[in-house]
Amino acid sequence: MACISADGTLSASGQAMLAALEHPAKEEEVASKTGLPLFRVRSGLRELVAAGLVSKQGERFVATVAQSL
Amino acid sequence: MHERVVGDAWVAFPPAAGSLGTFGPTRSQRAALGVGLSYQRQKGIAMTTVEEAPVARGLPRLGEPAPDFEAVTTQGTVRLSDFRGSWLVLFSHPADFTPVCTTEFIGFAGIYQKLQERHTELLGLSVDSVYSHIAWVRNIEEKTGTHIPFPVIADLDKKVATAYGMLMPGESKTEASRCVFVIDPEGVLRAMIYYPLTTGRNMDEIVRLVDALQVADKNNVATPANWRPGDKVIVPAPNTVELAAERSSQDFIKKTPGYESIDWYLTKKSLEL
Repeated sequence: MACISADGTLSASGQAMLAALEHPAKEEEVASKTGLPLFRVRSGLRELVAAGLVSKQGERFVATVAQSL
Repeated sequence: MHERVVGDAWVAFPPAAGSLGTFGPTRSQRAALGVGLSYQRQKGIAMTTVEEAPVARGLPRLGEPAPDFEAVTTQGTVRLSDFRGSWLVLFSHPADFTPVCTTEFIGFAGIYQKLQERHTELLGLSVDSVYSHIAWVRNIEEKTGTHIPFPVIADLDKKVATAYGMLMPGESKTEASRCVFVIDPEGVLRAMIYYPLTTGRNMDEIVRLVDALQVADKNNVATPANWRPGDKVIVPAPNTVELAAERSSQDFIKKTPGYESIDWYLTKKSLEL
């Protein structure tokens, strides 16, 4: 897991992605805001969606919880 | 039971009677196994004495979609589709903590920025665990000061290596060969390079290959031997007698300054014009 560690805490890249998703954003926008490569954003968003921290609305993603992990 | 290569598949077979069981099947055993495999495939009969293990299959083909995968890497779980929109250089190496591979990783790290400037990502692979990869890339950084910025697939189950034909049982049953796959932004496999275990790859050639593919796509041209960016490129050859005659006429030379026409089928031009 690149964004969420085994103990449930967010990695630095996970926190950055969640912070970039305060408002709905596309993958490319998250990559631009975080400075992460697009492939890592896509991979990370899958993790965050699976963990219930992010939801997908069409082509956009948005954080579902406050960044508290 | 022993594993040996028969045709394009690994098979398990008992040691030959009277042998120590440490060598491959005899010629007649191979022939018999080959016939048996073919017959059973045709008839759809489940094999009980000859088992195929998913180790060695055919090679992927240029111009076709690259085999899809989802794999654990040093930067999380990635899928091939995560790289869509970018060029990708997928490469394999035999094993972590080995000398030639270490020099290659330093080399790949050295061309990482050049590839980024060409909208190209790098992705490594070997049949090692992610913990081995992590320890190795940390060791490389500690000992040489070289940061490894690209992810490395931990292909312990050999699924990706098998799908891409990275395993060459004649060289090693357990290690991937030194393979390079260039995949375009649409996920199509555009180039493959295979090197043996003994020989480290030429990083400049990998960058040159990416340049050549991108120039060919952008300009509908081909590139000659030893082409480098800035050199003249090859104009598609005429495909009718009429066009061939036009290409070899004096009019064509006059109308197309910058073209270097050696004959109707070999014409170069500068991209700067």
